[in-house]
Parts: sequence; structure tokens; C-alpha cells
Amino acid sequence: MAETILFYALAITAFSAAFAVVLQKSALGSAFALIVVLCSLSAIYGLLGSPILATLQIVIYAGAVMVLFLFVIMLLDVRREKGGGGPRSFVPLALLFAGLLVLQVGAVLVGSELVPQSAPFDGSAKAFARRLFSQDYVYVFEATSVLIVAALAGALALARRRR
Amino acid sequence: MTALTWPQELAIRSALALTVVAFLLGLFSVMTYIERRLLAFMQFRLGPNRTGPLGLFQPVADGIKLFFKEEFVPQAANRWAFIAAPAVAITTALMAVAVIPYGGAVTMPRFDLLPEWLRGRPIPLQIAHLDVGVLYLFAVSTLGVYGIVLAGWSANNKWSLIGALRSSAQMFSYELALGLSWVGPILLAESLRIEDIVACQAGGIHRWNAIIQLPAFMIYLFAATAEVGRLPFDLPEAEAELVAGFHTEYASMKFALLQMAEYVNMITVSVLATDFFLGGWHAPLVSLQSAAGVNLGLLWFGGKTGALLFLFIWLRGTLPRLRYDQLMRFGWKVLVPAAVMHILGTAAVILWLTR
Amino acid sequence: MPFPDSALSDSQRSDRPPSSIAGIMHANLPGGVVMIREFRGDLSITVKRETWAAAAVLLRDHLDCDFKLFLDLCAVDRQGRVDRSERFEIVLHLYSVSTKRHIRVTTPLPESDPRLDTLTKVFKGANWFEREAYDLFGIVFRGHPNLKRILTHESFVGHPMRKDYPTARRHAPGKCAERVLDVPQDSQGMVVNLGPSHPSMHGTFRVQLLLDGETIVDAAPDLGYMHRNFEKMAEARTYWQIIPYTDRLNYCSPFMNGHGWALAVEKLLGIKAPPRAEAVRVVLSELSRVMDHIVCIGANVVDLGAITPFFVTFRAREAIYDVLEACCGARLTVSYVRIGGLAQDVPEDFDALCRKAISAAREVIDQADRLLTRNVIFVRRMREVGVLSADDALSYGWTGPCLRGSGVAYDVRKNHPYSGYEQYDFDVPTGAVGDSFDRYLVRMEEMRQSLRIVEQALASLPGGPVIVDDKRVALPPKSAVFENIEALMNHFKLVFEGILPPAGEIYGYTEAANGELGYFVVSDGRKCPWRVKVRPPCFNLYQAYPRLIKGGMIADAIAIIGGLNVIAGELDR
Repeated sequence: MAETILFYALAITAFSAAFAVVLQKSALGSAFALIVVLCSLSAIYGLLGSPILATLQIVIYAGAVMVLFLFVIMLLDVRREKGGGGPRSFVPLALLFAGLLVLQVGAVLVGSELVPQSAPFDGSAKAFARRLFSQDYVYVFEATSVLIVAALAGALALARRRR
Repeated sequence: MTALTWPQELAIRSALALTVVAFLLGLFSVMTYIERRLLAFMQFRLGPNRTGPLGLFQPVADGIKLFFKEEFVPQAANRWAFIAAPAVAITTALMAVAVIPYGGAVTMPRFDLLPEWLRGRPIPLQIAHLDVGVLYLFAVSTLGVYGIVLAGWSANNKWSLIGALRSSAQMFSYELALGLSWVGPILLAESLRIEDIVACQAGGIHRWNAIIQLPAFMIYLFAATAEVGRLPFDLPEAEAELVAGFHTEYASMKFALLQMAEYVNMITVSVLATDFFLGGWHAPLVSLQSAAGVNLGLLWFGGKTGALLFLFIWLRGTLPRLRYDQLMRFGWKVLVPAAVMHILGTAAVILWLTR
Repeated sequence: MPFPDSALSDSQRSDRPPSSIAGIMHANLPGGVVMIREFRGDLSITVKRETWAAAAVLLRDHLDCDFKLFLDLCAVDRQGRVDRSERFEIVLHLYSVSTKRHIRVTTPLPESDPRLDTLTKVFKGANWFEREAYDLFGIVFRGHPNLKRILTHESFVGHPMRKDYPTARRHAPGKCAERVLDVPQDSQGMVVNLGPSHPSMHGTFRVQLLLDGETIVDAAPDLGYMHRNFEKMAEARTYWQIIPYTDRLNYCSPFMNGHGWALAVEKLLGIKAPPRAEAVRVVLSELSRVMDHIVCIGANVVDLGAITPFFVTFRAREAIYDVLEACCGARLTVSYVRIGGLAQDVPEDFDALCRKAISAAREVIDQADRLLTRNVIFVRRMREVGVLSADDALSYGWTGPCLRGSGVAYDVRKNHPYSGYEQYDFDVPTGAVGDSFDRYLVRMEEMRQSLRIVEQALASLPGGPVIVDDKRVALPPKSAVFENIEALMNHFKLVFEGILPPAGEIYGYTEAANGELGYFVVSDGRKCPWRVKVRPPCFNLYQAYPRLIKGGMIADAIAIIGGLNVIAGELDR
């Protein structure tokens, strides 16, 4: 019971914050709203029985990625915040992707058999680590880290050349 | 002993949480007094000694003063964020204390006043027993930066903004080293629970992580000092450079909350150092663990934490502050590689020993 | 009985060169030299205004001249004086470290066309001095890169140092300029103000910074917040009434300013203070130097975040203040010096108090040394920061510990001993790199050397009077004033008519804590000086500041400003 109430409270928070992300005029406001979204999602993960996923969500997204976002926004956009909306040409594209997303989520909701039913999930840190570093995922995991390193190096090279 | 129902459990946890928070906030005001006095003694001064005996009521006087000061929001500030920032800061600071064990279990006395289910029940001094306690701590500490960033940005003061930028860069960089320094003890304890890490160090000083994980302990001390923004890493509020950094525009209780968050963080990292590296509530020699049948765990715990807090004050009384690029270089080029090397070394030794 | 002023009359308007410099000038600038004079040992060359810049270049670059150290540039308003053909005169003071000679170059400027070529391309330090002459006198320097008001407010009307400026006039200051800095249009940087009220600006002055992140792209200093026009006030005071004003110049070592002023006036008068007075002056000046360096190092370290060394060093300052207090009753505004000596003899326990101050200073210097000199963080913050080469330092007109930090061993006490410095044995420390750390080390060593001098002076403290026995200069003793009519008349005449020096102009200079403190005094023979120009050492130091911090970080700017020891009272006068 308590869990259901908590879940809905968090879900509503996440949703309204997500709307705020899109509707906010100031970039910084959007960023802070996004942090609220991420935190509520993390709490939902916790409710679903995986504290490790919840904490990782905070550490990586709210703690690291968003701090960098804020850093960039504050450095660059403090003075040009009143810039107004972006170019109109993005609207059709945005609508297209939004439609795709709605379709996807709808498909999951309507025909849940589309997604294979997962085995009973043990959300403890040990189980999580065993899955992540087992044959199933270790290559994907390592490939991701390589990808991130490559992206980092690329970003650095681009930024350096601009100087 | 029967298992507890969930309302009973909730009651115990809530009482614990309230006690810890009240204790921390009390300790905060005492710490301001102790810090001022100690610093004064290091500098041939007397420090506050007029308010009450030995100036002991100085924190009270400060509190009253801060309460009655004018609440002030600069005109050009982002009002909402300006008010929210101290709240965010103190909230994230207090969230961290939830998973920290403060001592072994305390057995409740058999008073008649207590409900029967509580009499004689051992209660561990820890609010929440989280499977991923260490990770939770790390997560909360990464959130800590938001209070400062919000405070610095919303005030619409350039010095504050520079302070906020410095702060986010600094905390971000040193969090990495901080987190990595925990990995050694985690590997040894084979658990992400802090209470397990403490338990793993029982049995005398030679089992303490400060001894067998000395490099990690050093890295932790550096990173923790930077994380709480104390000298020589107090760049976010370097008063000679940035006026007062991110809290330049703050006054009255909002200022007090920011200050409080800072001190709570300082206390937290000291407590964590005790738990992770100094054996928590375990005595350096097993024979010293209890005297006259009384478990001295809390005393040991408090003593170790106090020593670390003194270290912070001592550093402030001794060292100048680093420059921004030196700070970054030290964090990324010294601490992080050292921490990674240490983890590899520890892992290799463990593998070799358990082969 | 008038003071001897023969020097003025016999060598005036003479074409015969009194020294080789004049010969060089004549040979290289044919027809450009108008007049060469020597008064009280000061060589003064008047050139035509067309040859002004050429003369400066010649003096700087000619091997036999080698006047590389830019000391001072100022204007004099001669309005109402019959002995000069033109109203204005621009005066340049230079020094040659290699030949140990001062020189004064002047050029007359008519009121109708007060324009002159700029020397900013010859001496880097000339920039602000020319702005000051523009601000206070309305002299226009052709080709000056930034000829704006410097000491007075932007909305100020008129030129206050001109003799016809109505001093009773009051201004309602207009809006202060928000931008001192030229920010390029496409700049992405952030403009911040360091000061005028900022924790690390010790005193009120401002630097506007253009930042790229934490890096300083451009910097423009702004000063004059403490400007009270000491020089104008001096024109309406008798020579000894000026003494209290000198205390407010460099208020970290007030006694040294008075010492310098007394020596300058004594040079003008052609008298010498008695040996006891000179020895006491040396003791107090050297103790003041220690005090000044203590403030400089202490404040510098506080800016770097270490508060403890500040409190450590300031204990010695207290002991030194006690000495001053025992001598004259005041700690900061001492006014202890008099023209021709001292106000009164030192107290009986002077020796004991000084020795106490010395031991206190020794102790804290050693403590600060242990806390700082090998502290890795401190050394890293100071080393390779704010480097200025010896040539640039000379061109900017740096003197004192900062010049010596850049490796030039110029110390007035050694090169031109005054007050009996030739009797004392001391070393002049110099740096090798010219960075903040060198300046710190030089100051630390200078304090030790100063204490050595104090000990020697105390050991050989002569007896005798502390003020000259000269009725034209010194007040008679109070007991005599009460008892006989001659002394009473003497007292009355001196107080009302003041000291009447001969007409002439001298440049008196001493080694103050921050560098060469010069007083250029123009006398027309009346009781008030016609013109006094202070050469404040930190005016030159601060001028180089933007150049030192460009490309560095905010933290470097803070580390450098403390090491330059810019004192607002002296900077803004």
C-alpha cells in the first residue's frame, strides 16, 4: 500500500518535472528540473527493489552528468539566457520522434507480451555485479567504456583545436 | 527476542534519526566555538571568551544574532533558487548521515517506562542498514555540490559564480579520488555495507585499514579535505580572492544553513574516515575495548572522530591555499592515478592470497 | 641671516658644462640644451621641448649616461614667478645604477600650448606620471596611449594643482565609470572588479579584470580613491607643518616618510642634523622598515589563505609600535621628526625597548621563515609568479625590495648613504628571478639586515643634542622661551614666519620600506614650498601590476598584489 502511494507520488513528480524540463524558458531551470526527474526515477528504482540501480542513477546522472551540464550552462549562457526559442524547423522532427516514443511506450503497455517476461530479479549489489561482469554483459560494458573514452578524447581534440 | 512490527521499527528508526540530526546540529555549533578557540590559540590570540564561562555561550549568541538578522534577497538574484540553495545544501548534508554506523549496538535499559518490546533490546546505532551503503554515500555526496552551485549562481554575483564554478569543478574532481579510496576497504570487507567494513577491522590496530590501506587513507584525507572545502582546498570561498565565494550574498539563517551544511559535511567525512579506516568503534587493542564491564566503543568512536576534526582545524591554522590549476592537477594527476594503482595493487594481493 | 644660496647664482645660465653629461648632451643635441645648473649637488638640465623625448632617449641609451631607472616625472606651475619665461615646467628625474648618479631634466611649456611629446615609449613607468601631470596640471602629452584622469574623479572640473585653481570650489561627483577596461566586442570573457572594496585590496584601489574562466586576459587598474592632494596641501603649509601629512603617505612605516621629508628640507637648507638625532632616525627608520615588511608579508600570506603567519608576525609589530609610542606618544601618526633633528630626546628605556623589539622581531621572522619559506604550497604559489626582468623593472621605475628582487642591487642606503648609514655594516640582498618569491625572500633578508643596523646604531648611539643649534630652524627650548625675551622672539618668529629656505629646487631621496621615497621640493624663498612632489615608490610598482598578472589566474593576481605592498595612502597621496 505504502509502496503504491510512494510510487504514484514519485511518478507524478517525475512527470511534472519532465514537463518543466521542456517548458522552462531558462536553460538552468530546465537542468534543475531534469535533476528532479532523475532523482524521482532513482527513488522508483529503489522501490522496485534495486538500491544499487537507484544509487548508480544518482551517482552517474544527477551527480556527474548534470553537474557538467550545469557547469557548461553557467559558464556560457548566463548572459544570453533570454535568447527565446530555438529554430522552428525542429518542430516537425520533434513531433516525429515524440510520436515514435508514444508508439513504443504504447506498444509496451498494450501488448506486454512483446517484451519477454524477465526472471525474478535479485536487485542486490552482488547479483547486479554478477550479471554485469558475466559473459552476457561484460563485452557490452567494456565496449561502452571504450566508446566513452573515445568520445572524451574526441571532445578534447575538438575543444583544443578551437583555441 | 521477537521480531519487530513495522510501526515499532519505524519508531526506533525515527527516534534514531532525530537523535543523530539533533546531535549533529548541536555538534555544529560546538564545533564553531572549538574551531575559533583552537585557531586563536594557534595564533597567539584568545578567541571568543566573553560570552558565558570561557566564552562557551558564544554559539548561542551567534545563533540568536543570525536568527534576528534581516532576511535579505538581492534584487537581481533568482529569488526562488536563492532561498532553495541553503535548504538543498543542508538536506544533502544530512542525508549522508543516514547510513553511517556510529557505534556498535546499544542495549536498551530495562526501564519500566519503556514499552516492553524495547526493554533490553540491542539497537545498532545506525539509521538505515543499506545493502549499498557506500554507494549511497557516494551518491549523496555527489548531490552535495548542488546546494553550492545553486547558491553561487542564484545570487547573480560574479564572485559567487566563480566560487560556484570552482566548487563544482573541485568537488567533481575530488569525488572521484574519494570514491576510489573506498574501494580498497570494500575489497577487503567484500561488502558495500559500512557496518561490514567496520566489523572487518575488529581485533586491534593491525587490522585497521589506516595501517593496511595506508595509501588509501592518505588519498581519502586529501580528497575529503577538498570535498568539504577546507584549507588548503578552500578555493570555493577563498575570502581573499572571491570575497566569500558562493555565500557572498547570504546573510542571517540562510547563511547559517550553508555554514551548517559545511560543518555537517566536515563531521560526516571525519566519521566516515573513522568507520572506513580507523576501525570505527573498535579499540586499538582488544583489551581496551571495555572497562569495568562497560563497552567503550562510543568513546573510541568519538575520540577518533574528534582527532580528525582537530586535524581539519590544525590544517586551517597552518597551510596556505592552493591555486586552482594546482588543485586540479593534484586531483587528476596525483590522487586519481594513485588511487587506481592502489586498487589494482590491493586486488592483486587479495587474489594472490586467496588463490 | 639667510641660508647660503650661492650655487644658484653662479652657475645659472651658464654654458660651461659642469660635468661630462652636459658635454654629451651638448654634443648630441646641438642647440637643444637651454641651461645646465647644479644646486646642492643636484644636476639639472633644461632642454627645449622639441628635444624632450630625444634627450630622454639619449640619457637612457648613451653608455656614459646609462640613466635606465625612471624615477619621477612631474609638472610645476610657475604662474606669477618672474624668473621663468614660461608658466609650466615638466621635470623628469632619472637615475643611473651603474654610475650612481641622479639627473633632473626639465623643459618649459607655455600656458598657451601646454603640450609635450610623451615618454611612454622611452620609459614604461612614464605612463601614469604623465596622466598625473595631465590630471593635476592639464599638460597634454602627445602620443600618450591613454591620457585620462588618474587621481581625481572622471567628472572633476579643472586641474587642481594649477596655482589659479580655486581651492574652495566643490564638485558633486558624477557617476563613476563602470568600465575602466577596454573589452573587445567579440569577447566571451567575464569582467569583474577586484576592489575598490575587496578583501585582498589592502586599501581602496580597484583592478578591473577580463576573465576567461579563471585566467586573466586583460587588466586595468583604477586608483585615486584615497586621493587628498597632499602636494596641494603642502603648498599652503610651512615646512614643518607638512611633517604630520607625511605620516599618512605610507602608513605602514610612517616614521620613514617624515625622515625622508626632514632630510629633503635639510638638503634644501644646507644643514645637517646632529649625530644623535641621525642615529635615532636610523634606529626608528629601520624598525619601521621591519614593521612595513612584516605587514607586507603577513598580508600577502593572509591573501594566500594562511592566517597564522600574519598573527605570528604582527606580534613584533606591536613591540616596534611600543618603541615609537615611548618616543613620541603616538603609534601610527608619529610626527616625531623635525627639520634639523627630532622633536625630543628618546626616553631612558629606549635601548631596552629597542632590544625587546629586536628580539621579538628575530623570533617572529624565524617563525615565519619556518612556516613559509619551505612550505611547498606557499613556494608553489609564489614561484614563477609575477616575474619582471631587471630591465623592465628599471623602466617601470621600480625601486626598493621589488627592484632588488629583480636582481638590481640598488639601495639608497648603500649607494648614497644618508643619516650615517655609511657607518653601519649591512648587506643588500637581491633576487635572481624577479618573481613574487624573490620579493618575499628579499624582504625576509632585509628585515634581518635592518635588525643588524639597529643593533649597531644602538651600540654606538652618540650623546648630545637631538636637534641642530640653529635659530633659523629649531625652536628654542621651552624653558628658555619662558625665561628670556630673545628665545621668546625666536620662537614667535619661527612659528609665524616659518623656516625660510633659499630659492631653489632639490630632490631629496631616501630608501623607504617600499623603495626610493623622493621629495622634489621647489622653494621660492618663502615660508611655504612652491611645489612639493612626492615620488611614491608604490605608484611605480602598481603601474606594472597589470603586466604582471596578465595571463595568470585570479589567485596569482592576489599573490602578486600582496608582494608589491601597494599602500593606498602613498599611491593616491
